[in-house]
Amino acid sequence: MRGTSPFWLLVVALAVLHQDFWLWDDRSLVLGFIPSGLAYHAGFSLIAACVWALALKVVWPSHLEAWAAEGDADVTDDEEKR
Amino acid sequence: MTFLAVADRTPLLILAGYLLLLIGLGAISQRAFRGTSSDYFVATRSIGPFLLLMSVFGTTMTAFALVGSTGKSYESGIGVYGLMASSSGLIHSLVFFLVGIKLWAIGKRHGFVTQIQYFRARLDSNGIGFLLFPVLVGLVIPYLLIGIVGAGVVVRGVTGDMFPDAFPGIAHPITGATMFAGAVPPWLTGLIVSGVVLFYIFAGGLRGAAWANAFQTIVFMLMGVLAFYLISKKLGGVVAASEQVLAKSPDQFAREGMIGKAQFMSYMLVPLSVGMFPHLFQHWLTARSAKTFRLSIVAHPIFIMIVWVPCVLLGSWAVGAGLEAPGGKVNAVLPMMVGALLKDPVITGLLTAGILAAIMSSLDSQFVCLGTMFTHDVVMHHSAEGRFNDKQQVMLGRLFIVVIVTVTYLLSLLSPPNIFDLAVWCFSGFASLFPLVIAAVYWRRLTKAGAVASIVAMLATWIPLFWIGLVQRTGAVPKADGDYLVMGVMPVVFVFAASTIALVVVSLATRPPAPEIVDRFFPPRDAGRPEPNP
Repeated sequence: MRGTSPFWLLVVALAVLHQDFWLWDDRSLVLGFIPSGLAYHAGFSLIAACVWALALKVVWPSHLEAWAAEGDADVTDDEEKR
Repeated sequence: MTFLAVADRTPLLILAGYLLLLIGLGAISQRAFRGTSSDYFVATRSIGPFLLLMSVFGTTMTAFALVGSTGKSYESGIGVYGLMASSSGLIHSLVFFLVGIKLWAIGKRHGFVTQIQYFRARLDSNGIGFLLFPVLVGLVIPYLLIGIVGAGVVVRGVTGDMFPDAFPGIAHPITGATMFAGAVPPWLTGLIVSGVVLFYIFAGGLRGAAWANAFQTIVFMLMGVLAFYLISKKLGGVVAASEQVLAKSPDQFAREGMIGKAQFMSYMLVPLSVGMFPHLFQHWLTARSAKTFRLSIVAHPIFIMIVWVPCVLLGSWAVGAGLEAPGGKVNAVLPMMVGALLKDPVITGLLTAGILAAIMSSLDSQFVCLGTMFTHDVVMHHSAEGRFNDKQQVMLGRLFIVVIVTVTYLLSLLSPPNIFDLAVWCFSGFASLFPLVIAAVYWRRLTKAGAVASIVAMLATWIPLFWIGLVQRTGAVPKADGDYLVMGVMPVVFVFAASTIALVVVSLATRPPAPEIVDRFFPPRDAGRPEPNP
């Protein structure tokens, strides 16, 4: 994966946002039953999934598939061919 | 003569039925087994997106995710979700994307089946295999232990008073009072669960494991949601359950006083372990194509959320409901809630089967992986070509699996540690090998000596910290609570730093590897540019 894409800045931003120190002593409840710290991180999980869906669009390594198929000595697959 | 009251054994009958179902699934997957070692070890690289998602997720989530997270939340509050679950949603998918797809491509191109084959070829070194094999097997053993101990704890928790004559129970470590009287002891559960998993993987290899994983992942996700719904209902509803916690122990819902900020941040390194799990490497190689990974990359964080949020809430709700972990054993919190709160033998049986499903869906892949590594990295590597036919290869793999499972089973009979803590130590070891795999995949300048230095540095720091931080603390009476921290952070920080520094410094100080060797593992530069998805 050569070159850098702004996409990876998004991943770094997510890693920073994971450190939700501002909610450290927040005991309030979201929807009446989910503690705010837990609700934040559950939302974080959903956003992470969206970011990875975006990754498939913008930084997908399409070249790898063709490169893999040009294999020189796929021993186990050769067994199947025999 | 005295007659002891015997509890309803329906949950155990449901568990037995579930285990029989798995044996049946193993028998069916045996029919699909093509009889070649390629099919046994990597399912002939034919697994599609759904099966890959379910098998990778099922393999990654074990007793740690259900029993461990509930117990840890009981002990340290809801912050446990941020410690391991949300960070894993980000990091696991990152590793699947950056390392998994690349290793799949390299594995397919060069016909690799194990990590060690890759590292031997990439570093042009036989020696690296000799060093890496015992390290990887040694780190997989605690991972297996998590499953076997977890299964024993869960079944013991829901079978109390079922066999009062056969199993008198154990003494409380401090008060001496009898606990778990009449319950199926962990040694027996461990034996049965290991036997069932061995049967279905022996029958179908990694394809059998992938099928069983997919089935069991669906079972444990459904049962987890059902457990959450039923237990919350018993506690008066989700709002009442949370309000009880706020009234009784509000700190459960915050992190202040429960988890340090530096400790929280340092946990981010732990999920990097997936990059070096040998069983996950093998699952990656089963993928039909690179595109097969897409569903796993996107759905993994959501699946983690579906499993972990209910468990973390349940652990904290147990505190609000005034439930005491038997003998201080936080591993027993989830089974205790299922058994004590629901009191419905059918539901208890189904939910316990769900927990066992999560456990067995990890054990199976780990078992197959151990056999694969032994067959390819030890036996085949040192034998003349054609010395062993396909049947003999599979048989040798199976023999090694039995030896390792026996060792792990015997270890499980010793005083078991907190499942969550054992898992974090095991993952910390694998995470500290992550610099090695990321450098092997992306850094042409990595040398054989740098790789060896990295592994040695990891061992030299991980072993003493593991001994002080887990083994000694587990043996202490009463057991020490909370994470073992060094200067306020998780020990993984120091092990990871030592491994990284050793890798970089020694690689730069030694002669670069020959370009003709390195070139085999890097796509040509003109093909190396990321392209937008059409």
